[in-house]
Amino acid sequence: MTTLTDPPKETFRLSMLLYDTRYRSATIQVIAMFAFMLLAAWLINNTIINLNNLGKEVTFGFLGETAGYDINQRLLDYNSQDSHIRAALMGLLNTLVVAVLGCITATIIGVFVGVMRLSSNWLIARIMTVYVETFRNVPVLLWIVLAMAILIESLPAPRAFRGEDATASMNLFDSVAITNRGVYIPEPLFSRSLGDIHLLGEHALRFDVSMDLMAILIVLALSIFGMRKVSAKANATQAATGDRPKTWHIQLGLLFVPMIVLLVALGFHLGYPELKGFNFKGGTYMRNSLIALWLALSLYTAAFIAEIVRAGILAISQGQTEAASALGLRPGRTMRLVILPQALRVIIPPMISNYLNLTKNSSLAIAVGYMDITGTLGGITMNQTGRELECVLMLMLVYLAISLSISGVMNWYNNSVKLVER
Amino acid sequence: MSDISFVRKEMLPEKAPPASEVGAIGWARHNLFSGWVNSILTLVSLYAIYYVLAGVLPWILQSSWSAQSLKECREVFEAAYGTTHGHACWGVINERWLQLLFGFYPPELYWRPILALLLLLVALSPVLFADHVSYKVLRFTAIYPFLMVWLMWGGPIWGPISAAMGFVVGFAILKFGTGRMGELAAMIAAVAGAVVWWLLLSGTFSSVMSSILPIAIQSVESRQFGGFMLALLLGVVAIGVSLPIGIVLALGRQSDLLIVKSLCIGFIEFIRGVPLITLLFVASLLLNIFLPPGTNFDIILRVMIMMTLFSAAYMAEVIRGGLAALPRGQYEGADSLGLDYWQAQRLIIMPQALKISIPGIVSTFIGIFKDTTLVSIIGLLDVIGLASAIRADTAWNGIYWELFAFIAFLFFVVCFSMSRYSMYLERKLQTGHR
Repeated sequence: MTTLTDPPKETFRLSMLLYDTRYRSATIQVIAMFAFMLLAAWLINNTIINLNNLGKEVTFGFLGETAGYDINQRLLDYNSQDSHIRAALMGLLNTLVVAVLGCITATIIGVFVGVMRLSSNWLIARIMTVYVETFRNVPVLLWIVLAMAILIESLPAPRAFRGEDATASMNLFDSVAITNRGVYIPEPLFSRSLGDIHLLGEHALRFDVSMDLMAILIVLALSIFGMRKVSAKANATQAATGDRPKTWHIQLGLLFVPMIVLLVALGFHLGYPELKGFNFKGGTYMRNSLIALWLALSLYTAAFIAEIVRAGILAISQGQTEAASALGLRPGRTMRLVILPQALRVIIPPMISNYLNLTKNSSLAIAVGYMDITGTLGGITMNQTGRELECVLMLMLVYLAISLSISGVMNWYNNSVKLVER
Repeated sequence: MSDISFVRKEMLPEKAPPASEVGAIGWARHNLFSGWVNSILTLVSLYAIYYVLAGVLPWILQSSWSAQSLKECREVFEAAYGTTHGHACWGVINERWLQLLFGFYPPELYWRPILALLLLLVALSPVLFADHVSYKVLRFTAIYPFLMVWLMWGGPIWGPISAAMGFVVGFAILKFGTGRMGELAAMIAAVAGAVVWWLLLSGTFSSVMSSILPIAIQSVESRQFGGFMLALLLGVVAIGVSLPIGIVLALGRQSDLLIVKSLCIGFIEFIRGVPLITLLFVASLLLNIFLPPGTNFDIILRVMIMMTLFSAAYMAEVIRGGLAALPRGQYEGADSLGLDYWQAQRLIIMPQALKISIPGIVSTFIGIFKDTTLVSIIGLLDVIGLASAIRADTAWNGIYWELFAFIAFLFFVVCFSMSRYSMYLERKLQTGHR
């Protein structure tokens, strides 16, 4: 005789939250969330109590107050009567300047060194290895301080350029002056300038847009657009007939003729630095703190980039080159169409993190007195106003924003060169 | 077939290769002068090497080791070589090298950091040279952190022991609780037990024990730490503590639990997105504000906390790389054996993933170790901070290159040997898949 029994009725017991895999993950997440919120609440509570005890409150009103200090290297107009927020903006621009300059030179040096390290010339390869190992294994802060010391100690003072028996002279046909206070390079001037547009009036974030620069950029963009059109037409012709028309002279013409016409129309000339009294006047002045930071950061990061480039080239097997030459491609095209697209896929992701590192390391500017955002917002502003919490918070958010946007842009680029897999 | 007039019956004797193809000349022809471009490059680089050496070698060699001040150095050089420039004044290193290495650590106690360093090598040996050292040394590795803290800071031995007891308590609860209440509950209970021990009981335990059995060595305050020792200490502590945190963060980032995952990603990306110097600002200015009123522990400890958090984020990414590099089949194999998540992690996944990530961990360590110099910006006297302090001394006012060269040499030796080690390891771990 068989008896049919109902399957045991599912009853929900509390222990199932822990032992039933259906509910366990939800339990763990709720616990984690709870723990996190508890931690955050604890920290915030402590902060509020501590700030109350100190008689402070979290406000950002201090940003509108007069900064009262000068910034010696800046891109926009600023004086000590401006507000803290404008000082921070100057610092941010200075950070971006040194980061962009550093990334460019580090890439150039790094690619050069990386390729040279693979040279068949034994001596060159060894020298490059020594360079890479020396720079990688010594802290970047030491390089920055060392570069600053070299610039201050070993370069001539401006007064050495003076008089009949000058011990120092300007370089490059008297256009560049390298002194221990910084480097003076010629500045571009326009005698028939289109003038500036002042944006945002008297606001703290006001800035001027040079119409000359805008015109140059627009013409350059149009030229490049034209060059791409010509190139696309040549490709179409080649696809249709098999012959590729010669286009390089048209391309060069498109690039240079409109630009030269524009520059002549604007009355472009260079303003050279000149020795006046005890110092140089005119030209663009790059302080030695900027030069030292730029030099040290690019040489340091270049050592890492060199290794990345070397690894990227080594990752492409010899067979690819051989296959390309079997297809009849010339060496230049082999490089451009076969090797580089593959090597770039290996190179770009670690390159992104090195650019990020360079940008973050630029915060060491504070060690040589370059007024980047750490020196303004996280340095003088913080010390003057005593608003540590607000300043450090803003500083972190600024760097976070810079990092996330660099990695966003570079990831977008990486995706565009990535091999599309099935 | 008589038109075959000559058939060679024996081999011709081997001729020596032409003189220009062998030996030093042959090597130079192949490696240095294989074409006109290469020849020019070789000559240019030979000149560059000559130029650098001609500047640097006399500076290093025609130097003074005994002078007591920069002024004295210059007098010696004036007398010996007729110039004051272009000669190294190593007297400053001769006089201050102990300070550069140990900061203001009491000189009669120098043996303690040295012993701690030697024991560190012993403790690490089963991990670093797994083939040659018995795994039984790992027991010493487990004791080492507490031993190191005791050696460096001194004081009664019961402080570190009661801290270690917390782990013992937690482990005991885990061991005996697993059978009775299940693994997860036992784990929660173990963590809770350890925390209760540390917060409530350990203080009483250590004070009672030190009154019963006062075993103590002279205590050293953190602010006396400095120099190269500080860099090593910060680096070792940051890496050692961040390793477990990094493993947890990496597992969290890889997990399917949405909230856990986003918390881990948020932490990792935040820390990796900001420069270390801002975290050091937090350590020096803000950490006391975040903690309960009245908490006030010293700056070295605060810096250690922030550097640990910093390296934990980087460590998590390294370990995540190791986890991602494991073939999918390993996870599936663990599942098919019926192992649960923690068993699979402990027995199958982590041993392999950690092995893969050792080179990455070593290079993270090199990075963190170099970054410890940043503490000089918030006023700690590490090597760079000490260099500025020495320069502020009237006897050595204006001395740059000798100090920088010495510091660079210290860092180079340590970092270079570590990077060579990680390359050795990469070769060893390459188990022949290509």
